[in-house]
Amino acid sequence: MNTALSWIKAYVPDLDCTAQEYTDAMTLTGTKVEGFEELFADLDKIVIGQVLKVEQHPDADKLVVCQVNTGSGTVQIVTGAPNVFEGAKVPVVLDGGRVAGGHDGSRTAGGIKIKKGKLRGIESNGMMCSIEELGSSREYYPDAPEDGLYILPEDAPVGADAIAYLGLDDTVFEYEITSNRVDCYSVLGIAREAAATFRKEFIPPVIKETGNNEDVHDYISVSVKDTDLCPRYTARVVKNIKLAPSPKWMQRRLAASGIRPINNIVDITNYVMEEYGQPMHAYDLDTIAGKQIIVRRAKDGEEFVTLDGQTRKLDSSILMICDSEKPVGIAGIMGGENSKITDTVHTMLFEAACFDGTNIRLSGKKVGLRTDASGKFEKGLDPNTAEEAMNRACQLIEELGAGEVIGGMVDEYPVVRTGNTVVFEPEKINALLGTNVSREDMIGYFEKIGLSYDEALNEVAVPSWRQDLHCMADLAEEVARFYGYDNIPTTLPSGAASAGKLSYKLTVEKTAKEVAEYCGFSQSMTYSFESPKVFDKLLVDADDELRKTVVISNPLGEDFSIMRTIPLNGMLTSLATNYNRRNKNVKLYELATIYLPKALPVTELPNERVQFTLGMYGEGDFFTMKGVVEEILTKLGITGKVNYEPKAGKNYLHPGRQANILYNGTVLGYLGEVHPEVCDNYQIGEKTYVAVLDMPVVMELANFEIKYQGIAKFPAVTRDISMVMPKEILVGAVEEVIAKKGGKLLEEYRLFDIYEGAQIKEGFKSVAYSITFRSKEKTLEDKEVNEIMDKILKALSDMGIELRG
Amino acid sequence: MKEKLQSIREKALAQISGSDSLDRLNEIRIAYLGKKGELTEVLKGMKEVDAKDRPMVGQLVNETRSAIEEMLEQTKTKMAKKLREIQMEKETIDVTLPAKKNAFGHKHPNTVALNEVEKIFVGMGYEVVEGPEVEYDYYNFEALNIPANHPAKDEQDTFYINGDILLRTQTSSTQIHEMEKGHLPIRMIAPGRVYRSDEVDATHSPCFHQVEGLVVDKNVTFADLKGTLAEFAKELFGQETKVKFRPHHFPFTEPSAEMDVTCFKCGGKGCRMCKGSGWIEILGCGMVHPNVLQKCNINPDEYSGFAFGMGLERIALLKYEIDDMRLLYENDARFLKQF
Repeated sequence: MNTALSWIKAYVPDLDCTAQEYTDAMTLTGTKVEGFEELFADLDKIVIGQVLKVEQHPDADKLVVCQVNTGSGTVQIVTGAPNVFEGAKVPVVLDGGRVAGGHDGSRTAGGIKIKKGKLRGIESNGMMCSIEELGSSREYYPDAPEDGLYILPEDAPVGADAIAYLGLDDTVFEYEITSNRVDCYSVLGIAREAAATFRKEFIPPVIKETGNNEDVHDYISVSVKDTDLCPRYTARVVKNIKLAPSPKWMQRRLAASGIRPINNIVDITNYVMEEYGQPMHAYDLDTIAGKQIIVRRAKDGEEFVTLDGQTRKLDSSILMICDSEKPVGIAGIMGGENSKITDTVHTMLFEAACFDGTNIRLSGKKVGLRTDASGKFEKGLDPNTAEEAMNRACQLIEELGAGEVIGGMVDEYPVVRTGNTVVFEPEKINALLGTNVSREDMIGYFEKIGLSYDEALNEVAVPSWRQDLHCMADLAEEVARFYGYDNIPTTLPSGAASAGKLSYKLTVEKTAKEVAEYCGFSQSMTYSFESPKVFDKLLVDADDELRKTVVISNPLGEDFSIMRTIPLNGMLTSLATNYNRRNKNVKLYELATIYLPKALPVTELPNERVQFTLGMYGEGDFFTMKGVVEEILTKLGITGKVNYEPKAGKNYLHPGRQANILYNGTVLGYLGEVHPEVCDNYQIGEKTYVAVLDMPVVMELANFEIKYQGIAKFPAVTRDISMVMPKEILVGAVEEVIAKKGGKLLEEYRLFDIYEGAQIKEGFKSVAYSITFRSKEKTLEDKEVNEIMDKILKALSDMGIELRG
Repeated sequence: MKEKLQSIREKALAQISGSDSLDRLNEIRIAYLGKKGELTEVLKGMKEVDAKDRPMVGQLVNETRSAIEEMLEQTKTKMAKKLREIQMEKETIDVTLPAKKNAFGHKHPNTVALNEVEKIFVGMGYEVVEGPEVEYDYYNFEALNIPANHPAKDEQDTFYINGDILLRTQTSSTQIHEMEKGHLPIRMIAPGRVYRSDEVDATHSPCFHQVEGLVVDKNVTFADLKGTLAEFAKELFGQETKVKFRPHHFPFTEPSAEMDVTCFKCGGKGCRMCKGSGWIEILGCGMVHPNVLQKCNINPDEYSGFAFGMGLERIALLKYEIDDMRLLYENDARFLKQF
């Protein structure tokens, strides 16, 4: 919301502060000033001048030489403006002055300095200005010509300051009003806050009785069918309308608020809308059939042409203003083309109503229209303002001589809204704030903003336009605002000290992250939603469970429409970005949550599972990735034997280079080389490896307890075995045998050679292990070790493994 | 005899001092002290010496022997030292050659920022917890004093799964989960992902992170909120940081405020980062609204609390001077390695 300071000062005449002081003080009491523009900032030494003489420039067809009376003398100014004439009164910037920009509307930071000089050999001592050069536009000064000097009225005082004359000696403030302060979407609301902030008197407009001795009820009747959507509807009638431009002061204030002046009637409705925050609408009464207004819901499928000429499709949730035959406006949003005020209007119906904010918001969305009026109604207005605004508008009609107001007001207001009352509990307010503000000071703050204290009831009466005040905490905020947030002390909570910590889940995740980072992986983050097409990219089967997803009903587009059920798309997309940018040896990890629906359609919250996802291309291979997985598991205290089961059934992985990661039969996740076709789909031109750990399962198994195991005192005995076996037998199977048959004395076994090729028959491989035994109690004897080795060797040869010497 | 020994001694010492290698020293040692060495030969000739002179000659021989041995030893040590020096001279390296690094990975800037925030609050006795991202409308809105059709619901441009389930628009939902557990007092922060339907651009992302904070106890005041967050700001942005609280509106806190900190780039003088104001908006906060406490079965006459919420990306972008939010979700290795 933008408002000129001069308009605020109209109701707070004693306000005296700089724009910056105003900004800071208002912001600290809750009316946030986003910024301000001093309209005069780039203007200097501009006076009202009168052109005395216009002569052709001797050396330029398009230039004329003017003698201009500037009040303090006559100066010669050369101009190319097409509309200059003898007698014209114009804004003149004198030698050494500044204008805001060019006549094309372009602005120059700091303004443009005007110095005397020669134009085609003829001396020129200043410049006559267009409205654009003064930093404004025809939008806000509608009487300015499209091209040329801004010709001022004949009664403009020559020699006077043109900046002040044009109302450009003003500052426009932009406010950010919070949604609870509906009353502050109005000049009066802000003025009231300004008065309270600066402890000055607030003087709202005095509304006098208006209207002739006729009765409005003879002109119009109103029937509200849907009072739930229209708690109040007021109407007055104005006849003998004389359309004319509104006075300059009104135009200026509207212009500063960003509203284009049109004519007196339109301007008055806009003026009152800004002043009171109450939108108004004017209908040409001669177009209203049956002298009757009916407020009712539209019919489903009904169509209506709004005054902008657009056809709008309606349904029964949308409230319409109708006459006895037809709709004449969409309530609170926009009037109809069929009833709009035209240049030939004679009698007009003024409407100031209160509509349900939510309904206006939803209706606006349905018809695809958001107007200044609907923007105000959406906030939920106070029905009591309608009457004030209506009478204010009629007062302005009379003051401006825009027409003859008919006596009386039609007012459909079945349930009068009253303000709340809140018990006054100053000690509770101080306890909540941590302050020691006296009750008298509190009451003082309340009174400045229109709240009143009833001593007998010990209640604070809240006016109906402050629907946001209900309870002690609300009053506490009012006290805090005017006592000053800055003045509230700073303390620390006095409660018993507690030990802070991460949740167990976060502790486990943190450990995994640290290990991944030590192993060279950097943390990535990707969106949780993606396109359903990722399943095709990942070669996921059409009937795979992964395709059962939580779907967003209003996504930003198909690409962001499903909650991921697999973390690989994000990882591969990030790797592809890096590959595309020629980054070498990229290793990433992500703590990616997946969202698995418990049932479809979704009726309860999905299962959110963090997937610790690693991905890499460049240096390293499957076993590098496997190493990282094992480091993570080790650091998480999962120190027993981890098994790898090939052919994990993952379509997106290389069929011969994938494995499920198992621990005591529980699947912890999987790892593998990404299927070359998937790499192609993501345009990654290198072998890519991924690993995924299902963290809820890992978390269950993690163990941070540390128990010291004594360091071995007795020597170890190591035996090496070498074998030849069919390629299909996994070394994992050999290790299982060693582990099982090795018994308690087995300390360690280690693969130290694996070989295929020359000297080994086709389809076989040579494998060698070093096996270490040790006893905690004594030095082992050869005989004991031999017995164990025999068991191992026998079991191995039973598997069809050939042992070599 | 005496003269002979003297001459052996002089000759040997001269040879030793003239030798240039360990091998040569060894030859000298054998030549004089070996089984057939000159000195050994002298000893063999002892029987020809007068008995009365023998002790004297024997002593002379031993002295000579010691002298030679000592000289040999000294020379050998010197020579070894010299050799080691030559060796080391040869081994001189160019210390400016590149280091052989164990290439550690890097944390995401969001995590770097979060770790700082967590460290401060854990130090103040807060527990770090989490809540679900896909959430019931009740936890995201209704229990937070945002009833159906409240305009705030529109302001936050919510992604819906269905009428009742949505992607949370704020981590404030975790406040409700924590309070519902019924364990008082509460001191928690809850980091997490939130979602709003903003198109992706340099300052917006439909998916971003917040950190929520909540304290509920007896006698918690707005002054406590101010003190806690002022302390937090100093820890996060530097001890000289000042804070400013401005009134604001959130449906679930009353009174509510936004907190600005003095610009950490210009120190409050005004610069491009703070748009000349000297202040940067960091978080929203307030006293937990009594309606919210009541919804969670906490008696607002007995307990009070404060809550705050901040955007993690906002802090990361400001603190590390990252000029485009999209960088956070591209995961370019050249970007990540700077954190």
